[in-house]
Amino acid sequence: MKVDRALGCAAPIEWSALEAALDILCPMHLRLTETGHIIHAAPTLQKMCAESDLIGKRFLEVFLLDRPRAITTMSELMARARSKLHMEFRVAPHTSLKGVLVRLPAGQGALVNLSFGISVVEGVLDYRLTSADFAATDLAIEMLYLVEAKSAAMDASRKLNQRLQGAKLAAEEQAATDTLTGLKNRRAADRILAQKIEESGAFALMHLDLDYFKAVNDTKGHAAGDHVLQEVAKVMRAETRKGDMIARVGGDEFMILIDDEVSKVKLAEIAARLIQGIEKPIPFEQDVCNISASIGIAVHLECGHLDLDTLVQHSDRALYASKDKGRACATFFDDLEAPKP
Amino acid sequence: MHGLVNKAIEAFVIDTYGAQPWRVIAQMCELDDPHFEAMMSYEGDITSRVIDCATRVLKADRADFLQNLGTYLVSQPSQQAVRRLLRFGGVDFVDFLYSLDDLRDRARLAVSDLHLPRLELREHTSNQFSLTVRSKLDGFGHVLVGLLTAMADDYGALVMLDYGGRRGEVETVAIALLERSFAEGNSFELGARV
Repeated sequence: MKVDRALGCAAPIEWSALEAALDILCPMHLRLTETGHIIHAAPTLQKMCAESDLIGKRFLEVFLLDRPRAITTMSELMARARSKLHMEFRVAPHTSLKGVLVRLPAGQGALVNLSFGISVVEGVLDYRLTSADFAATDLAIEMLYLVEAKSAAMDASRKLNQRLQGAKLAAEEQAATDTLTGLKNRRAADRILAQKIEESGAFALMHLDLDYFKAVNDTKGHAAGDHVLQEVAKVMRAETRKGDMIARVGGDEFMILIDDEVSKVKLAEIAARLIQGIEKPIPFEQDVCNISASIGIAVHLECGHLDLDTLVQHSDRALYASKDKGRACATFFDDLEAPKP
Repeated sequence: MHGLVNKAIEAFVIDTYGAQPWRVIAQMCELDDPHFEAMMSYEGDITSRVIDCATRVLKADRADFLQNLGTYLVSQPSQQAVRRLLRFGGVDFVDFLYSLDDLRDRARLAVSDLHLPRLELREHTSNQFSLTVRSKLDGFGHVLVGLLTAMADDYGALVMLDYGGRRGEVETVAIALLERSFAEGNSFELGARV
Protein backbone atom coordinates (compact mmCIF):
# COMPACT_ATOMS: atom_id res chain seq x y z
CA MET A 1 0.00 0.00 0.00
CA LYS A 2 2.77 2.36 -0.98
CA VAL A 3 0.69 5.03 -2.71
CA ASP A 4 -1.96 5.13 -0.04
CA ARG A 5 0.58 5.60 2.70
CA ALA A 6 2.24 8.41 0.78
CA LEU A 7 -1.09 10.20 0.63
CA GLY A 8 -1.62 9.57 4.29
CA CYS A 9 1.47 11.22 5.67
CA ALA A 10 0.46 14.86 6.04
CA ALA A 11 -2.32 16.89 7.56
CA PRO A 12 -5.92 16.54 6.28
CA ILE A 13 -6.00 16.95 2.51
CA GLU A 14 -7.16 20.24 1.14
CA TRP A 15 -9.63 18.91 -1.36
CA SER A 16 -10.49 22.03 -3.32
CA ALA A 17 -6.88 22.71 -4.31
CA LEU A 18 -6.04 19.09 -4.91
CA GLU A 19 -9.16 18.49 -6.93
CA ALA A 20 -8.46 21.51 -9.14
CA ALA A 21 -5.04 19.99 -9.85
CA LEU A 22 -6.46 16.52 -10.38
CA ASP A 23 -9.07 17.88 -12.80
CA ILE A 24 -6.21 18.94 -15.06
CA LEU A 25 -4.08 15.85 -14.62
CA CYS A 26 -6.93 13.35 -14.76
CA PRO A 27 -9.98 14.95 -16.40
CA MET A 28 -11.85 11.67 -16.11
CA HIS A 29 -11.53 10.93 -12.40
CA LEU A 30 -14.10 10.50 -9.65
CA ARG A 31 -13.85 10.83 -5.90
CA LEU A 32 -15.89 8.35 -3.94
CA THR A 33 -16.87 8.24 -0.31
CA GLU A 34 -16.09 5.21 1.81
CA THR A 35 -19.61 3.99 1.03
CA GLY A 36 -19.01 4.27 -2.70
CA HIS A 37 -21.02 7.43 -3.39
CA ILE A 38 -19.63 9.86 -5.96
CA ILE A 39 -18.83 13.24 -4.46
CA HIS A 40 -16.73 14.73 -7.23
CA ALA A 41 -16.60 14.18 -10.99
CA ALA A 42 -13.84 15.67 -13.14
CA PRO A 43 -14.78 17.93 -16.09
CA THR A 44 -14.76 15.41 -18.95
CA LEU A 45 -17.03 13.05 -17.04
CA GLN A 46 -19.29 15.98 -16.23
CA LYS A 47 -19.47 16.70 -19.93
CA MET A 48 -20.37 13.09 -20.63
CA CYS A 49 -23.18 12.75 -18.06
CA ALA A 50 -25.63 15.11 -16.48
CA GLU A 51 -24.39 16.03 -12.99
CA SER A 52 -27.46 14.52 -11.39
CA ASP A 53 -26.51 11.22 -12.95
CA LEU A 54 -23.20 11.22 -11.12
CA ILE A 55 -22.99 13.24 -7.94
CA GLY A 56 -24.58 11.49 -5.00
CA LYS A 57 -25.05 8.28 -6.94
CA ARG A 58 -23.26 5.12 -5.94
CA PHE A 59 -20.39 4.21 -8.26
CA LEU A 60 -21.73 0.72 -8.84
CA GLU A 61 -25.11 2.18 -9.63
CA VAL A 62 -23.64 4.26 -12.46
CA PHE A 63 -21.19 1.68 -13.77
CA LEU A 64 -21.50 -2.01 -14.45
CA LEU A 65 -18.26 -3.85 -13.74
CA ASP A 66 -17.34 -6.10 -16.67
CA ARG A 67 -14.10 -7.39 -15.21
CA PRO A 68 -13.71 -8.55 -12.50
CA ARG A 69 -17.36 -9.50 -12.85
CA ALA A 70 -17.94 -10.74 -9.34
CA ILE A 71 -17.80 -7.22 -7.89
CA THR A 72 -21.19 -6.06 -6.65
CA THR A 73 -20.39 -4.28 -3.42
CA MET A 74 -18.19 -1.34 -2.50
CA SER A 75 -16.04 -3.38 -0.14
CA GLU A 76 -15.30 -5.84 -2.95
CA LEU A 77 -14.40 -2.90 -5.18
CA MET A 78 -12.12 -1.40 -2.51
CA ALA A 79 -10.38 -4.75 -2.29
CA ARG A 80 -9.48 -4.45 -5.97
CA ALA A 81 -7.66 -1.16 -5.41
CA ARG A 82 -4.77 -0.50 -7.81
CA SER A 83 -5.67 -3.21 -10.28
CA LYS A 84 -7.22 -2.66 -13.68
CA LEU A 85 -11.02 -2.46 -13.83
CA HIS A 86 -13.23 -2.79 -16.90
CA MET A 87 -16.68 -1.27 -16.75
CA GLU A 88 -19.43 0.30 -18.79
CA PHE A 89 -22.06 2.93 -18.20
CA ARG A 90 -25.35 1.37 -17.19
CA VAL A 91 -27.14 3.89 -19.42
CA ALA A 92 -26.85 4.25 -23.20
CA PRO A 93 -24.56 4.45 -25.09
CA HIS A 94 -23.05 2.00 -22.60
CA THR A 95 -19.55 3.26 -23.35
CA SER A 96 -16.91 0.92 -22.01
CA LEU A 97 -14.20 2.40 -19.88
CA LYS A 98 -11.22 1.15 -18.05
CA GLY A 99 -10.08 2.46 -14.74
CA VAL A 100 -8.10 2.09 -11.60
CA LEU A 101 -9.12 2.81 -8.00
CA VAL A 102 -6.86 4.15 -5.25
CA ARG A 103 -7.96 4.13 -1.62
CA LEU A 104 -7.57 7.34 0.33
CA PRO A 105 -6.15 7.19 3.83
CA ALA A 106 -8.10 7.31 7.05
CA GLY A 107 -11.39 6.21 5.61
CA GLN A 108 -11.62 9.23 3.30
CA GLY A 109 -12.93 7.14 0.44
CA ALA A 110 -11.24 6.52 -2.89
CA LEU A 111 -10.21 8.07 -6.18
CA VAL A 112 -11.05 6.33 -9.45
CA ASN A 113 -9.38 7.40 -12.66
CA LEU A 114 -11.11 6.40 -15.90
CA SER A 115 -10.08 6.20 -19.53
CA PHE A 116 -11.69 5.19 -22.80
CA GLY A 117 -9.06 2.70 -23.81
CA ILE A 118 -9.82 1.32 -27.24
CA SER A 119 -13.36 2.75 -27.24
CA VAL A 120 -11.96 6.29 -27.59
CA VAL A 121 -13.00 6.49 -31.27
CA GLU A 122 -16.68 5.96 -30.43
CA GLY A 123 -16.26 7.96 -27.24
CA VAL A 124 -15.31 11.21 -28.96
CA LEU A 125 -18.17 10.77 -31.40
CA ASP A 126 -20.79 9.94 -28.77
CA TYR A 127 -19.81 12.76 -26.42
CA ARG A 128 -18.42 15.26 -28.97
CA LEU A 129 -15.18 15.54 -27.07
CA THR A 130 -12.37 17.89 -28.05
CA SER A 131 -8.64 17.98 -27.35
CA ALA A 132 -9.38 20.06 -24.25
CA ASP A 133 -11.30 17.14 -22.76
CA PHE A 134 -8.17 15.02 -22.59
CA ALA A 135 -5.15 15.52 -20.38
CA ALA A 136 -2.28 17.17 -22.24
CA THR A 137 -0.23 14.02 -21.69
CA ASP A 138 -2.98 11.66 -22.83
CA LEU A 139 -2.16 9.78 -26.02
CA ALA A 140 -5.83 9.75 -27.05
CA ILE A 141 -5.37 12.49 -29.66
CA GLU A 142 -2.37 10.71 -31.14
CA MET A 143 -4.39 7.53 -31.22
CA LEU A 144 -7.28 9.27 -32.98
CA TYR A 145 -4.82 10.77 -35.44
CA LEU A 146 -3.39 7.35 -36.15
CA VAL A 147 -6.78 5.71 -36.54
CA GLU A 148 -7.79 8.36 -39.04
CA ALA A 149 -4.47 8.42 -40.88
CA LYS A 150 -4.34 4.65 -41.08
CA SER A 151 -7.90 4.35 -42.35
CA ALA A 152 -7.19 6.95 -45.03
CA ALA A 153 -4.06 5.05 -46.06
CA MET A 154 -5.90 1.75 -45.92
CA ASP A 155 -8.68 3.19 -48.06
CA ALA A 156 -6.21 4.31 -50.69
CA SER A 157 -4.56 0.88 -50.61
CA ARG A 158 -7.86 -0.88 -50.94
CA LYS A 159 -8.75 1.23 -53.97
CA LEU A 160 -5.39 0.45 -55.53
CA ASN A 161 -5.92 -3.27 -54.89
CA GLN A 162 -9.34 -3.14 -56.47
CA ARG A 163 -7.96 -1.43 -59.54
CA LEU A 164 -5.12 -3.93 -59.82
CA GLN A 165 -7.54 -6.81 -59.41
CA GLY A 166 -9.71 -5.33 -62.16
CA ALA A 167 -6.70 -4.94 -64.42
CA LYS A 168 -5.66 -8.54 -63.74
CA LEU A 169 -9.12 -9.84 -64.64
CA ALA A 170 -9.16 -7.74 -67.78
CA ALA A 171 -5.74 -9.07 -68.76
CA GLU A 172 -6.89 -12.64 -68.18
CA GLU A 173 -10.00 -11.91 -70.16
CA GLN A 174 -7.92 -10.79 -73.12
CA ALA A 175 -5.42 -13.61 -72.84
CA ALA A 176 -5.51 -16.19 -75.60
CA THR A 177 -3.47 -18.85 -73.86
CA ASP A 178 -4.37 -21.57 -71.42
CA THR A 179 -1.79 -21.01 -68.70
CA LEU A 180 -1.47 -24.66 -67.66
CA THR A 181 -0.74 -26.20 -71.05
CA GLY A 182 0.36 -23.21 -73.11
CA LEU A 183 -2.27 -24.19 -75.71
CA LYS A 184 -4.85 -21.74 -77.02
CA ASN A 185 -7.91 -21.22 -74.80
CA ARG A 186 -11.57 -21.43 -75.73
CA ARG A 187 -11.89 -17.75 -76.61
CA ALA A 188 -8.90 -17.92 -78.97
CA ALA A 189 -10.21 -21.15 -80.47
CA ASP A 190 -13.59 -19.60 -81.29
CA ARG A 191 -11.91 -16.60 -82.86
CA ILE A 192 -9.53 -18.66 -85.00
CA LEU A 193 -12.28 -21.07 -86.12
CA ALA A 194 -14.61 -18.21 -87.06
CA GLN A 195 -11.83 -16.59 -89.05
CA LYS A 196 -10.99 -19.84 -90.78
CA ILE A 197 -14.60 -20.39 -91.80
CA GLU A 198 -14.76 -16.90 -93.20
CA GLU A 199 -11.56 -17.42 -95.17
CA SER A 200 -13.33 -20.37 -96.82
CA GLY A 201 -10.49 -22.70 -96.03
CA ALA A 202 -10.97 -26.42 -96.13
CA PHE A 203 -10.06 -27.93 -92.79
CA ALA A 204 -11.01 -30.54 -90.23
CA LEU A 205 -12.03 -29.93 -86.65
CA MET A 206 -11.21 -32.61 -84.11
CA HIS A 207 -13.00 -32.48 -80.81
CA LEU A 208 -10.99 -34.51 -78.34
CA ASP A 209 -12.06 -35.54 -74.86
CA LEU A 210 -9.80 -37.45 -72.47
CA ASP A 211 -11.05 -40.79 -71.16
CA TYR A 212 -10.47 -41.83 -67.52
CA PHE A 213 -8.98 -38.42 -66.74
CA LYS A 214 -11.43 -37.83 -63.89
CA ALA A 215 -10.21 -41.03 -62.24
CA VAL A 216 -6.62 -39.71 -62.32
CA ASN A 217 -7.70 -36.42 -60.81
CA ASP A 218 -9.80 -38.09 -58.14
CA THR A 219 -7.38 -40.82 -57.06
CA LYS A 220 -3.98 -39.22 -57.63
CA GLY A 221 -4.80 -35.58 -57.02
CA HIS A 222 -4.84 -32.34 -59.01
CA ALA A 223 -1.07 -32.18 -59.36
CA ALA A 224 -1.15 -35.51 -61.21
CA GLY A 225 -4.10 -34.27 -63.30
CA ASP A 226 -2.22 -31.08 -64.24
CA HIS A 227 0.84 -33.09 -65.20
CA VAL A 228 -1.24 -35.38 -67.40
CA LEU A 229 -2.79 -32.39 -69.19
CA GLN A 230 0.67 -31.00 -69.90
CA GLU A 231 1.87 -34.34 -71.26
CA VAL A 232 -1.22 -34.65 -73.43
CA ALA A 233 -0.53 -31.17 -74.80
CA LYS A 234 2.97 -32.35 -75.78
CA VAL A 235 1.55 -35.36 -77.65
CA MET A 236 -0.89 -33.14 -79.53
CA ARG A 237 1.86 -30.74 -80.51
CA ALA A 238 4.02 -33.61 -81.71
CA GLU A 239 1.25 -35.16 -83.82
CA THR A 240 0.11 -31.99 -85.55
CA ARG A 241 1.75 -29.52 -87.88
CA LYS A 242 2.85 -26.03 -87.09
CA GLY A 243 -0.08 -24.30 -88.80
CA ASP A 244 -2.69 -26.40 -86.99
CA MET A 245 -4.42 -24.97 -83.96
CA ILE A 246 -4.65 -26.81 -80.65
CA ALA A 247 -6.85 -25.41 -77.90
CA ARG A 248 -7.87 -26.58 -74.47
CA VAL A 249 -11.53 -25.65 -74.36
CA GLY A 250 -12.59 -27.28 -71.11
CA GLY A 251 -11.13 -29.22 -68.19
CA ASP A 252 -10.10 -32.25 -70.25
CA GLU A 253 -11.55 -31.20 -73.57
CA PHE A 254 -9.53 -30.07 -76.58
CA MET A 255 -10.11 -28.83 -80.11
CA ILE A 256 -7.65 -29.33 -82.90
CA LEU A 257 -7.95 -27.59 -86.22
CA ILE A 258 -6.17 -29.56 -88.92
CA ASP A 259 -5.59 -27.06 -91.66
CA ASP A 260 -6.01 -27.86 -95.32
CA GLU A 261 -6.71 -31.54 -94.75
CA VAL A 262 -10.05 -33.18 -95.48
CA SER A 263 -8.98 -36.66 -96.53
CA LYS A 264 -10.70 -39.09 -94.23
CA VAL A 265 -7.84 -41.55 -94.48
CA LYS A 266 -5.27 -38.95 -93.42
CA LEU A 267 -7.44 -37.62 -90.65
CA ALA A 268 -8.14 -41.10 -89.32
CA GLU A 269 -4.39 -41.67 -89.22
CA ILE A 270 -3.78 -38.50 -87.29
CA ALA A 271 -6.56 -39.38 -84.85
CA ALA A 272 -5.17 -42.85 -84.35
CA ARG A 273 -1.69 -41.46 -83.65
CA LEU A 274 -3.13 -38.99 -81.17
CA ILE A 275 -4.99 -41.71 -79.27
CA GLN A 276 -1.95 -43.95 -79.32
CA GLY A 277 0.28 -41.17 -78.00
CA ILE A 278 -2.16 -40.24 -75.26
CA GLU A 279 -2.57 -43.86 -74.20
CA LYS A 280 1.15 -44.20 -73.42
CA PRO A 281 1.40 -44.52 -69.64
CA ILE A 282 2.39 -41.19 -68.09
CA PRO A 283 4.78 -41.46 -65.14
CA PHE A 284 4.04 -39.14 -62.27
CA GLU A 285 6.23 -39.22 -59.16
CA GLN A 286 6.33 -42.93 -58.16
CA ASP A 287 3.09 -43.59 -60.00
CA VAL A 288 1.81 -44.11 -63.54
CA CYS A 289 -1.31 -42.54 -65.02
CA ASN A 290 -3.23 -44.31 -67.76
CA ILE A 291 -5.73 -42.44 -69.87
CA SER A 292 -7.05 -42.47 -73.40
CA ALA A 293 -9.01 -40.16 -75.67
CA SER A 294 -12.21 -40.11 -77.70
CA ILE A 295 -12.32 -37.98 -80.82
CA GLY A 296 -15.08 -36.55 -83.00
CA ILE A 297 -14.15 -35.20 -86.42
CA ALA A 298 -16.11 -32.71 -88.50
CA VAL A 299 -14.96 -31.39 -91.82
CA HIS A 300 -15.42 -27.93 -93.26
CA LEU A 301 -15.20 -27.97 -97.03
CA GLU A 302 -15.62 -24.46 -98.38
CA CYS A 303 -16.86 -20.99 -97.70
CA GLY A 304 -20.43 -20.86 -96.44
CA HIS A 305 -20.51 -24.60 -95.98
CA LEU A 306 -21.14 -24.44 -92.24
CA ASP A 307 -21.25 -21.78 -89.59
CA LEU A 308 -19.17 -21.99 -86.45
CA ASP A 309 -21.91 -23.31 -84.18
CA THR A 310 -22.95 -26.03 -86.59
CA LEU A 311 -19.38 -27.13 -87.16
CA VAL A 312 -18.71 -27.38 -83.44
CA GLN A 313 -22.01 -29.21 -82.98
CA HIS A 314 -21.00 -31.73 -85.64
CA SER A 315 -17.68 -32.43 -84.00
CA ASP A 316 -19.44 -32.69 -80.66
CA ARG A 317 -21.94 -35.27 -81.89
CA ALA A 318 -19.18 -37.29 -83.48
CA LEU A 319 -17.28 -37.18 -80.20
CA TYR A 320 -20.24 -38.54 -78.28
CA ALA A 321 -20.64 -41.29 -80.83
CA SER A 322 -17.03 -42.28 -80.05
CA LYS A 323 -17.83 -42.30 -76.34
CA ASP A 324 -20.89 -44.46 -77.01
CA LYS A 325 -18.80 -46.89 -79.01
CA GLY A 326 -16.71 -47.58 -75.95
CA ARG A 327 -14.21 -44.69 -75.99
CA ALA A 328 -10.61 -44.60 -77.19
CA CYS A 329 -11.64 -44.17 -80.79
CA ALA A 330 -12.41 -41.55 -83.42
CA THR A 331 -15.66 -40.99 -85.35
CA PHE A 332 -16.43 -38.82 -88.36
CA PHE A 333 -19.62 -36.79 -88.27
CA ASP A 334 -20.19 -37.84 -91.89
CA ASP A 335 -20.43 -41.45 -90.80
CA LEU A 336 -23.20 -40.86 -88.32
CA GLU A 337 -26.70 -41.82 -89.30
CA ALA A 338 -28.81 -38.83 -90.23
CA PRO A 339 -30.59 -37.48 -87.14
CA LYS A 340 -34.26 -38.36 -87.00
CA PRO A 341 -36.52 -35.38 -87.62
CA MET B 1 8.58 11.13 -54.18
CA HIS B 2 5.79 9.05 -52.81
CA GLY B 3 2.66 8.49 -54.89
CA LEU B 4 0.65 10.50 -52.36
CA VAL B 5 2.66 13.63 -53.20
CA ASN B 6 2.46 13.06 -56.94
CA LYS B 7 -1.23 12.24 -56.77
CA ALA B 8 -1.82 15.47 -54.82
CA ILE B 9 -0.15 17.50 -57.57
CA GLU B 10 -2.23 15.70 -60.18
CA ALA B 11 -5.46 16.34 -58.24
CA PHE B 12 -4.52 20.00 -57.80
CA VAL B 13 -3.92 20.50 -61.52
CA ILE B 14 -7.09 18.65 -62.56
CA ASP B 15 -9.31 20.40 -60.00
CA THR B 16 -7.85 23.83 -60.71
CA TYR B 17 -7.03 23.82 -64.42
CA GLY B 18 -8.94 20.82 -65.79
CA ALA B 19 -8.26 17.33 -67.10
CA GLN B 20 -7.08 18.45 -70.53
CA PRO B 21 -4.00 20.44 -69.32
CA TRP B 22 -3.11 17.51 -67.07
CA ARG B 23 -3.08 15.16 -70.07
CA VAL B 24 -0.70 17.53 -71.84
CA ILE B 25 1.54 17.69 -68.77
CA ALA B 26 1.53 13.91 -68.33
CA GLN B 27 2.46 13.49 -71.96
CA MET B 28 5.23 16.06 -71.75
CA CYS B 29 6.67 14.31 -68.67
CA GLU B 30 6.45 11.00 -70.50
CA LEU B 31 4.56 9.34 -67.66
CA ASP B 32 3.87 5.67 -68.36
CA ASP B 33 0.43 6.09 -66.88
CA PRO B 34 -1.18 9.54 -66.98
CA HIS B 35 -2.58 8.94 -63.49
CA PHE B 36 -0.50 8.46 -60.38
CA GLU B 37 -1.34 5.81 -57.82
CA ALA B 38 -1.46 7.28 -54.33
CA MET B 39 -0.11 4.19 -52.63
CA MET B 40 2.80 3.44 -54.93
CA SER B 41 6.37 4.67 -54.84
CA TYR B 42 7.86 6.56 -57.77
CA GLU B 43 11.40 7.44 -58.73
CA GLY B 44 12.70 10.55 -57.01
CA ASP B 45 12.96 13.11 -59.79
CA ILE B 46 9.53 12.51 -61.27
CA THR B 47 7.99 15.08 -58.90
CA SER B 48 10.33 17.87 -60.04
CA ARG B 49 9.72 16.93 -63.63
CA VAL B 50 5.96 17.12 -63.18
CA ILE B 51 6.24 20.54 -61.53
CA ASP B 52 8.55 21.81 -64.29
CA CYS B 53 6.21 20.60 -67.02
CA ALA B 54 3.13 21.89 -65.21
CA THR B 55 4.48 25.43 -64.82
CA ARG B 56 5.49 25.44 -68.49
CA VAL B 57 2.16 24.10 -69.78
CA LEU B 58 0.07 26.30 -67.49
CA LYS B 59 2.39 29.27 -68.02
CA ALA B 60 2.39 29.69 -64.23
CA ASP B 61 5.03 31.20 -62.02
CA ARG B 62 6.73 28.35 -60.15
CA ALA B 63 6.42 30.02 -56.73
CA ASP B 64 2.73 30.81 -57.27
CA PHE B 65 2.01 27.32 -58.54
CA LEU B 66 3.59 25.69 -55.48
CA GLN B 67 1.98 28.10 -53.05
CA ASN B 68 -1.46 27.46 -54.56
CA LEU B 69 -0.79 23.75 -54.31
CA GLY B 70 -0.16 24.15 -50.58
CA THR B 71 -3.39 26.10 -50.12
CA TYR B 72 -5.32 23.56 -52.16
CA LEU B 73 -4.14 20.68 -49.98
CA VAL B 74 -5.81 22.21 -46.93
CA SER B 75 -8.79 24.08 -48.28
CA GLN B 76 -10.09 21.84 -51.06
CA PRO B 77 -13.09 19.86 -49.80
CA SER B 78 -11.89 16.74 -51.63
CA GLN B 79 -8.64 16.88 -49.61
CA GLN B 80 -10.40 16.97 -46.23
CA ALA B 81 -8.19 14.19 -44.91
CA VAL B 82 -5.08 16.39 -45.10
CA ARG B 83 -6.71 19.26 -43.21
CA ARG B 84 -8.04 16.94 -40.53
CA LEU B 85 -4.76 15.11 -40.03
CA LEU B 86 -2.95 18.44 -39.72
CA ARG B 87 -5.54 19.72 -37.25
CA PHE B 88 -4.79 16.79 -34.97
CA GLY B 89 -1.40 18.43 -34.52
CA GLY B 90 -2.54 21.24 -32.26
CA VAL B 91 -5.43 22.87 -30.46
CA ASP B 92 -4.52 26.33 -31.73
CA PHE B 93 -2.32 27.71 -34.49
CA VAL B 94 0.83 28.06 -32.35
CA ASP B 95 0.36 24.54 -31.02
CA PHE B 96 -0.03 23.45 -34.62
CA LEU B 97 3.18 25.24 -35.64
CA TYR B 98 5.10 23.29 -33.03
CA SER B 99 3.62 20.03 -34.23
CA LEU B 100 5.30 20.61 -37.61
CA ASP B 101 8.59 19.42 -36.11
CA ASP B 102 6.95 16.00 -35.82
CA LEU B 103 5.14 16.11 -39.16
CA ARG B 104 7.69 13.87 -40.85
CA ASP B 105 7.43 11.23 -38.12
CA ARG B 106 3.66 11.48 -37.93
CA ALA B 107 3.38 10.94 -41.68
CA ARG B 108 5.67 7.94 -41.46
CA LEU B 109 3.58 6.41 -38.68
CA ALA B 110 0.61 6.45 -41.01
CA VAL B 111 2.35 5.46 -44.26
CA SER B 112 5.69 3.89 -43.51
CA ASP B 113 7.31 4.65 -46.87
CA LEU B 114 6.17 8.27 -47.03
CA HIS B 115 9.22 10.46 -46.42
CA LEU B 116 8.24 14.09 -46.14
CA PRO B 117 10.90 16.80 -45.89
CA ARG B 118 12.23 17.59 -42.45
CA LEU B 119 10.70 20.73 -40.89
CA GLU B 120 12.04 22.73 -37.98
CA LEU B 121 10.31 25.56 -36.17
CA ARG B 122 12.18 28.32 -34.33
CA GLU B 123 10.50 30.75 -32.00
CA HIS B 124 12.15 34.18 -32.07
CA THR B 125 9.59 36.05 -30.00
CA SER B 126 6.15 34.91 -28.91
CA ASN B 127 4.79 36.17 -32.23
CA GLN B 128 7.74 35.64 -34.54
CA PHE B 129 8.68 32.24 -35.85
CA SER B 130 10.68 30.80 -38.67
CA LEU B 131 10.21 27.44 -40.27
CA THR B 132 13.05 25.78 -42.10
CA VAL B 133 12.58 22.94 -44.52
CA ARG B 134 15.27 20.70 -45.94
CA SER B 135 14.29 19.20 -49.26
CA LYS B 136 15.80 18.21 -52.57
CA LEU B 137 12.66 19.58 -54.16
CA ASP B 138 13.36 23.22 -55.01
CA GLY B 139 10.47 25.37 -53.84
CA PHE B 140 9.03 23.23 -51.10
CA GLY B 141 8.99 26.35 -48.93
CA HIS B 142 6.40 27.87 -51.26
CA VAL B 143 4.14 24.86 -50.71
CA LEU B 144 4.48 25.50 -46.97
CA VAL B 145 3.57 29.18 -47.36
CA GLY B 146 0.33 28.16 -49.07
CA LEU B 147 -0.37 25.41 -46.59
CA LEU B 148 0.30 27.58 -43.52
CA THR B 149 -1.86 30.41 -44.88
CA ALA B 150 -4.75 28.01 -45.28
CA MET B 151 -4.17 26.41 -41.87
CA ALA B 152 -4.06 29.85 -40.20
CA ASP B 153 -7.44 30.58 -41.80
CA ASP B 154 -8.70 27.25 -40.60
CA TYR B 155 -7.69 28.03 -37.02
CA GLY B 156 -8.92 31.61 -37.31
CA ALA B 157 -5.46 33.11 -36.74
CA LEU B 158 -4.12 36.14 -38.59
CA VAL B 159 -0.57 35.65 -39.87
CA MET B 160 1.92 37.13 -42.29
CA LEU B 161 4.18 34.73 -44.12
CA ASP B 162 7.34 35.50 -45.98
CA TYR B 163 9.34 33.13 -48.14
CA GLY B 164 13.00 33.62 -47.26
CA GLY B 165 14.69 31.86 -50.17
CA ARG B 166 16.74 28.70 -50.61
CA ARG B 167 20.31 28.09 -49.46
CA GLY B 168 21.70 24.73 -50.42
CA GLU B 169 18.81 22.40 -49.72
CA VAL B 170 17.33 24.55 -46.97
CA GLU B 171 14.45 26.95 -47.43
CA THR B 172 13.06 29.31 -44.80
CA VAL B 173 9.61 30.72 -44.19
CA ALA B 174 9.17 33.61 -41.75
CA ILE B 175 5.92 33.56 -39.80
CA ALA B 176 4.54 36.62 -38.03
CA LEU B 177 1.52 35.91 -35.85
CA LEU B 178 -0.53 39.10 -35.81
CA GLU B 179 -3.52 37.75 -33.93
CA ARG B 180 -4.09 34.32 -32.40
CA SER B 181 -7.85 34.34 -32.65
CA PHE B 182 -8.72 36.83 -35.33
CA ALA B 183 -11.74 34.98 -36.65
CA GLU B 184 -13.87 32.07 -35.61
CA GLY B 185 -12.03 29.52 -37.75
CA ASN B 186 -13.42 26.24 -38.93
CA SER B 187 -14.67 23.72 -36.46
CA PHE B 188 -12.71 20.57 -35.88
CA GLU B 189 -14.33 17.57 -34.31
CA LEU B 190 -12.05 14.81 -33.18
CA GLY B 191 -14.51 12.14 -34.14
CA ALA B 192 -15.95 13.47 -37.39
CA ARG B 193 -16.28 10.96 -40.16
CA VAL B 194 -14.94 12.10 -43.49
